[in-house]
Amino acid sequence: MTRILEAAVLGILTGGVYALMASGLTLIFGVMRIINVGHGALVILGAYLSFAVWHNFGLDPFLTLVITMPVMFGLGVVLQTVFIRPLKTDREALSVLVTYALALGIEGLLGYFFTSNYVRLRTWYDTASFPVGSFYITYVYIFGFLLCLAILGGLFWMLYRTTFGGAIRATMLNRTAAQLIGVDVDRVSAIAFGIGMATAAAGGVVFGMTNAFNPGSHYDLISRLLTIIVLGGLGSLRGAVIAALVMLVTEDVTSAVTSPVWASFAFFVVLVLVLLVRPQGLYGVRVRDRL
Amino acid sequence: MRLVGSLTALKAAGLVLAFAVALALPAFAPDPATTNIAVFTMMYVGLATAWNIMGGYTGYISLGHAGFFGFGSYALGLLLARFAIAGGYSAFLFVPVAGLLTAVLAAGIGWFALRTRAATFVIVTIAFMFMLQLLAENLVGITGGGGGLSFPVPPWHGGDFNIPYYYAMLALATLGLGISWRIRFSKFGLGLLAIRDDEDKALAVGVPTGAFKLTAFIVSATLVGMIGAVYGYYVTYIYPQFVVDPLIGISMVLMVFLGGLGTLGGPILGAVILEPAQLWLAYHFGASRLYLVLYASVFLLVILLLPRGIIPSVGELITKWRAGVGGSKGTGDPLPKAVSP
Repeated sequence: MTRILEAAVLGILTGGVYALMASGLTLIFGVMRIINVGHGALVILGAYLSFAVWHNFGLDPFLTLVITMPVMFGLGVVLQTVFIRPLKTDREALSVLVTYALALGIEGLLGYFFTSNYVRLRTWYDTASFPVGSFYITYVYIFGFLLCLAILGGLFWMLYRTTFGGAIRATMLNRTAAQLIGVDVDRVSAIAFGIGMATAAAGGVVFGMTNAFNPGSHYDLISRLLTIIVLGGLGSLRGAVIAALVMLVTEDVTSAVTSPVWASFAFFVVLVLVLLVRPQGLYGVRVRDRL
Repeated sequence: MRLVGSLTALKAAGLVLAFAVALALPAFAPDPATTNIAVFTMMYVGLATAWNIMGGYTGYISLGHAGFFGFGSYALGLLLARFAIAGGYSAFLFVPVAGLLTAVLAAGIGWFALRTRAATFVIVTIAFMFMLQLLAENLVGITGGGGGLSFPVPPWHGGDFNIPYYYAMLALATLGLGISWRIRFSKFGLGLLAIRDDEDKALAVGVPTGAFKLTAFIVSATLVGMIGAVYGYYVTYIYPQFVVDPLIGISMVLMVFLGGLGTLGGPILGAVILEPAQLWLAYHFGASRLYLVLYASVFLLVILLLPRGIIPSVGELITKWRAGVGGSKGTGDPLPKAVSP
């Protein structure tokens, strides 16, 4: 029982990190109607950027975000402008190919500069832990969870309390109508992609502290992130957050009850079961041609 | 009208010529390096053609076909092991059985995945691919897990090793092309194209969309499974990440897009251009990680420069040229654009 409880707590803590990464992905989908298959690679890129700064300047991994998040934001704006914006016809399908190519390119470059050996961001608090009842929680999970909570909070605040957030939500609801009332959708799209990449950087640093990673780690990550946003309902931030928590708790509990090799499988089984009942996902809206 | 007729004759002649060249290829280029490229190119001609039956005709983009590829591969390997078949031509007789098993799997997956549409469908197919990969990895008792699975070694050796596989791939590609052609000019095919253009309207005018989509999905997956089976036998040793490889799944999609989505010749053209290019890059830069960067660049160039594919772009040019030269506006392409081959 304790093991299950411990797994559930760990699931919630890591779920927070996945919630942040999935939010960026679902935001990008919502604004641009593209499936960013490269999102996992962006997270890994963020982790490597933090790794490079931490390794060379000895900065605390969390502090590296001050550098990596703006860099990733700028890179996102550039990538969107150069590669996503030119896609006019058959956007959904072509964007998959483009973002997949970006993922491959990033994987190749990271492999070239960092080799394919596994690395990990190390600090004093990634092994230190404190007792909660009958089990121990490592500090890094708490810190990572709080960081992701703070950034998610900022993201929601920006979306629901600022004019620019209104422009983003308008674009998500109806691109053409948003354009008609004066929203510069190209600009909104570029910035949304940048925000998605900045959140990927934040998710990446926590991922890099809690997992060993190499340039090929993005496949595993993207399959999970895509599953999460489909489960939550494409384009729904609330859905992404809840789905991330549900998925990670399921995964960690399965891992504790059966064996770690079936943990990822449980992830996909939940997706299948939920889609049987609700093909539009938890918070998705069933709109013609959109599912 | 005469122009249209002669164009069709030209196409038919080109097809016969291409088939004759493909048939005779090992005779005038027998060295193993070339036939190896030929095997893989023919494999992708088949894969892209098969993928196009679902993705091109119905517009449902599956990124999970690598799952069926790997499943077919494992199915043949396990069948050969179970019935203790020695390496040889008889092993090829089990390829259709592997195809049949893939069809059963595709019926189940398709029934489920086709409850969703567009972007959700894309992601669900990816999820199923990773599920199959995980199953191959975890069911150690059946598949051998991460340790992989070996195929029986065929009795033929040396310089001619590749040739039986080449003809097996050619046979499957021809079969796929024949099926694709039959579908394309049937009522069933028209129904699929209607689904691509507007599924709800298609349903409203009486196209049994659910059954049609599922049938196309099964046909497409079965062909891919059979090709995967021959591939496994060719490489003689497989493991989960190697045959259920997302890169194989996306490569066939890219080839179809390069050649022309939903056209008959597009997948062939895309495969014949891209696969040798990919092998060339792998051969010259494969040792370094830069190979992936170069391949990604080719990828991006193709999509950004030719988003609609070669055949539709060239077709448009010809139509324009015809309208300008002959002044035969009335006798132009008799088919609307969406259904022109």
